[in-house]
Amino acid sequence: MGFVYALIAAGLSLIFGLMEIVNFAHGEFLMLAMFSTYWAWALWRLDPAVSLPLTAAAMFLLGFATYHGLIRWVLGAPMLAQIFATFGLAIFLRSAAQAIWGVDFHLVKDPVVQGRISLGGLFIGLPQLVASVGALLAFVFLNWFISRTETGLALQATAQDRQAASLMGIDTERMFALGWGIGAACVGVAGALLTIFFYVFPDVGASFALLAYVTVALGGFGNVPGTLVAGVVVGLIEVLGGLLIAPALKYVAVFVLYLLVVLWRPQGLFGRF
Amino acid sequence: MPRPLTLTAGLVALALLLAFPLVFTLPYPRDVMIRIFLYAMLAAAWNVLAGYCGQISLGHAVFFGTGAYTSTVLVKTLGLTPWAGMLAGAALAVALSQLIGYPVFRLRGHYFAIATIAVGEIVQTLMINWDWAGGARGLFIPIDRTGSLLAFQFRDKQVYYYIALGILLLALWVTRRIERSRTGYYFRAIREDQDAAASLGIPVARFKQRAMAVSAALTALGGTFYAQYILFIDPESVLPLSLSILICLIAVLGGVGTLWGPLIGAAILVPLGEATRIYLGGTGKAIDLLIYGFLIMVISVVQPGGIMALAQRGRRRTG
Repeated sequence: MGFVYALIAAGLSLIFGLMEIVNFAHGEFLMLAMFSTYWAWALWRLDPAVSLPLTAAAMFLLGFATYHGLIRWVLGAPMLAQIFATFGLAIFLRSAAQAIWGVDFHLVKDPVVQGRISLGGLFIGLPQLVASVGALLAFVFLNWFISRTETGLALQATAQDRQAASLMGIDTERMFALGWGIGAACVGVAGALLTIFFYVFPDVGASFALLAYVTVALGGFGNVPGTLVAGVVVGLIEVLGGLLIAPALKYVAVFVLYLLVVLWRPQGLFGRF
Repeated sequence: MPRPLTLTAGLVALALLLAFPLVFTLPYPRDVMIRIFLYAMLAAAWNVLAGYCGQISLGHAVFFGTGAYTSTVLVKTLGLTPWAGMLAGAALAVALSQLIGYPVFRLRGHYFAIATIAVGEIVQTLMINWDWAGGARGLFIPIDRTGSLLAFQFRDKQVYYYIALGILLLALWVTRRIERSRTGYYFRAIREDQDAAASLGIPVARFKQRAMAVSAALTALGGTFYAQYILFIDPESVLPLSLSILICLIAVLGGVGTLWGPLIGAAILVPLGEATRIYLGGTGKAIDLLIYGFLIMVISVVQPGGIMALAQRGRRRTG
């Protein structure tokens, strides 16, 4: 699960690093990705593994549209207005999903990947394993993209200094939109992977989003590799907390750990702020 | 406006508010007004910390829940009057706020906002799992139909109306006092630039804690009032993240860091929520929330300063 958290959080972190806006609709992006995976299966019998690129592409477009339709207009606004712009989007998307698809729980039945394997007496669900590996691969790809390709470097330059980047001839406007697109596409991949073994319903994003905020803040805002480590830490604490304390209190363990870490390092584990 | 005129307008408005329950005798309009007062008061309390001191908390439901749970538990175990429970709740909220404030005030901006969300989630999860305090099932406030003022339970909404108006006026009075005091200037200095404020010798940490204490105490009063008004509390109703967000949304809509902003925000948002719920709710399709979410986006894009900014701009143009 840690890798999936990390992937969700990476999108958030990327967007924040670019323009210092926390996307509070991130959980709802995840929910939409899961619904799109579900419907691809329900309508056209497309397995989540097949529809994954489609979902990612659709989410990229959504992120792009969100930037142009909403975020561009609040870039210069106070932090509160930015928070509420994305909060409003979150409520809007969640209730739109409820209005269109209802509140029922959906599950993809008989995906290609199912069953479980045993590793030395330890049973691991194959879907979970595939999701982790898939998330890790997506993460590696993302990291390669932003640190090795020209566009990725332009993204990083924009994140570091908006004005200097635009003086160097980088179209920062385009970079922002691209950042939103990639951020949403990360969630698209994560959502498709989660749908293999998780229920789909309009509120599904909320709990994942909360963990994503903690993961991002833990890893340091805007630091993509740091997010990976933080995601794994969050995943481990969740499991250990559930095992050692009580399953109901596992998120408390995660949040308490987060508070302890930011007490010690207010900028997160690998933050640069 | 010249000062005597403002005073007259204020007195007329107050007289109208006092006369409202005498004219509207049906429970429903009174209920809407009571909730406007309650939410305005919560937003005003949040405004002290976020609006004036610039610390955007997204976990204020914690203090609301503290007020609601403290008075309720005291009624149930000791039979203590909720009025005393209200004070105890406020005191506990202050203590809790100092405890929370100590670590989280070291964080800034988004880190602070997310830390307060985390605190809110921790408290809500703990309360859901704390069976002695009702757990996820919640607590019923024991029914007391003696009608005694001490019991804080009334058949007639009129009494609740005046109590809600009273705590709202208290919150506004406190805000005004702070606005004009040295403390208020310190708060605003911290909001504008924390480092500059510190370099001028303002003890930043202590004043943030002070803003948090005032804000928490007022919020807890609202929590006790809610418990005695609804007579049932559970973690889902008094501690959710959505309540924390609703509180700040009201203040943001009205105008952050202004005295009347929270009242204006509540006077618009509460009836709006009611109207969409009546006409569009109940279908299980959440159309009301759909419109609500859309409106929030529109407001934050078009008028990030809130309605008060609009009013001030208008005044500047005419004056």
